[in-house]
Amino acid sequence: MSLITITEVKKRFGDNEVLKGINLDVDKGEVIAIIGKSGSGKSTLLRCVNGLETINDGSISVAGAQLLPGEAALKALRLKIGMIFQSFNLFPHLSAGRNVMLSQMVVKKTPKPQAEEMARRMLDRVGLLHKFDAYPDELSGGQQQRVAIARALAMEPLGLLCDEITSALDPELVNEVLAVVKELASEGMTLLMVTHEMRFARDVCDRVVFMHEGRVHEIGAPDTVFSNPQTPELKQFLGML
Amino acid sequence: MGYQLNFGWLPQYLPVLIDGIGVTIYLMAVGAVLGCLLGTVCAWTRALGPNWARPVVVAYVELIRNTPFMIQLFFIFFGLPSLGVQMSELEAATLAMIVNLGAYSCEIIRAGIQATPRGQFEAGASLAMTPFETFYHVVLIPALQRIWPALSSQIVIVMLGSAVVSQIAAQDLSYAANFIQSRNFRAFETYIVSTLIYLVLSILLRQVLAGIGWALFPKRKAAR
Amino acid sequence: MIEFTLWDILRNLLLATRWTILLSLVSFVGGGIVGLVVMFMRISANKAVATAARAYIELFQGTPLLMQLFLAFFGLALLGMTVPAWLAAGLALILWTASFLAEIWRGCVEAIAKGQWEASASLGMGRIQQLRYVILPQALRIAIPPTVGFSVQVVKGTALTSIIGFVELTKAGTAVTNATFQPFTVYGLVALIYFALCWPLSRTSQVLERKLNVAHHNH
Repeated sequence: MSLITITEVKKRFGDNEVLKGINLDVDKGEVIAIIGKSGSGKSTLLRCVNGLETINDGSISVAGAQLLPGEAALKALRLKIGMIFQSFNLFPHLSAGRNVMLSQMVVKKTPKPQAEEMARRMLDRVGLLHKFDAYPDELSGGQQQRVAIARALAMEPLGLLCDEITSALDPELVNEVLAVVKELASEGMTLLMVTHEMRFARDVCDRVVFMHEGRVHEIGAPDTVFSNPQTPELKQFLGML
Repeated sequence: MGYQLNFGWLPQYLPVLIDGIGVTIYLMAVGAVLGCLLGTVCAWTRALGPNWARPVVVAYVELIRNTPFMIQLFFIFFGLPSLGVQMSELEAATLAMIVNLGAYSCEIIRAGIQATPRGQFEAGASLAMTPFETFYHVVLIPALQRIWPALSSQIVIVMLGSAVVSQIAAQDLSYAANFIQSRNFRAFETYIVSTLIYLVLSILLRQVLAGIGWALFPKRKAAR
Repeated sequence: MIEFTLWDILRNLLLATRWTILLSLVSFVGGGIVGLVVMFMRISANKAVATAARAYIELFQGTPLLMQLFLAFFGLALLGMTVPAWLAAGLALILWTASFLAEIWRGCVEAIAKGQWEASASLGMGRIQQLRYVILPQALRIAIPPTVGFSVQVVKGTALTSIIGFVELTKAGTAVTNATFQPFTVYGLVALIYFALCWPLSRTSQVLERKLNVAHHNH
């Protein structure tokens, strides 16, 4: 039973068709990496799944919640799937703890004590309980990204979308974030991630999707995709040509 | 209620309105050109001028920016004659416009100059340019380009502010409106018409200033 | 003919300054409330609403405050009211102030990074919740310096209300000049009183702005 169903999704920006009919089903508990050149549409696809972009054609559903215009439908969708951004996007005017509490309280109407307890649990899970009262500008990039993960987890989503979540980090901070993601994967969280970390993709993911010019060009188990690419485009992308 | 708007007077008074528009445009044009020139000189003085002159410029800018234009106008027109400086209404109005815009444009241009990276001055000097040449080519032109939008808005604000010159009987558009409504007893309609003319003038002025911006700074990359 | 001492002149002017201050406060607060509504309309997702707000701003920023005062004065009279000058003055200044504050605040809202909208959306917040809990608290911080700065324009704007007969500092200045025949002294003092009202506001705005910039660079 698949959690995320992406069917014939097309997306245009003006005359530029970035997604030319994408089909992808993600099973519950599956970890999928999307790789490809910039401009191949991989980030756009992720943003569509979270309803940050509208789609021109096709359909997307997450655990029965359809991507439809309108605030109520979007909210239903987004309650099922969280998103982590390249640039963290923590709320700078709120402490780390408050960042994690806010959406629980205003979206789910969780009472404050429970929201705070959940925030502590989630910050603990990413190893930052001691930063509960710190503000985003007092945290390193890696710490900010881990708070962002805790913030998304606190909404108890069925899956997470990760949009190049380590690309804005200094090299020495990448691993602390990847460690958290790896932990999530081992706990059975469904993950759909756009990434440039090929080693990580190979080690952790169940399937790898190679996108090229708005289409799913190749898809398969990491070993197959990385060791035995079928198309010249993927070979070139992997530096094998 | 039951009041009927009536614009039947318009053709008869059109020449009066047109004369008023002419004076408003004159005030705006002279005020803008000389005001910006004065502002540039003041900005130069604040940035690079002699030490004694800098506080004078600061005092001038702060005084003008923190008092109403109308008081400046009254001071020039009613106050200065007691010092023996006599002016016609139009001269006083023009002078007030220049002095007012001079202060604002000084501040805007100064902000633009301040945003010029230090290295630019040094680069200019290292190329054996004189301080003035450096100021003109390396500092002023890029600064003007940077602040052109802010300067344009300020010129529009000053143009709209010029409506009060009718209070010293300078015969601009608002004076024409006051004159007409005292004859046709259709004050509301008269002010609607004159307000709309001002609106058109401000829209046109913005277009013209944008055009001047295009012409003055052709195809330069926005200096940020 | 009575001799006026400098103190007589100053006392009369200072008494009238009360009305300048009161009208400034009313215009600023009223303009702030109306401006907030216009700002929300301006950033509305509904195109018609946003366009209406834009037209409002264009109209009030693109025409002289003096004309707006006349229109308020004579327009209210057409509704069959005897219009006290303070009412027309207050109404026109509130509407005029609102158009500028709405635009200043819209700029502040739009200065908030797009990622803040996206992150809050991805957490399931609706537009109102995004504005209330995420965008506006951040916009408020950067809105304070320009808002304080604009209050100077409001104080100066009140001078025009003398033209429709509201007795405040400028009107008092004219009256005192007519009685004393000392325009240089009187208008000089009037200017200094306005300066005393406006300069602290200007300075506060500049200091706040500088603080904000420093805080920003420390990020």
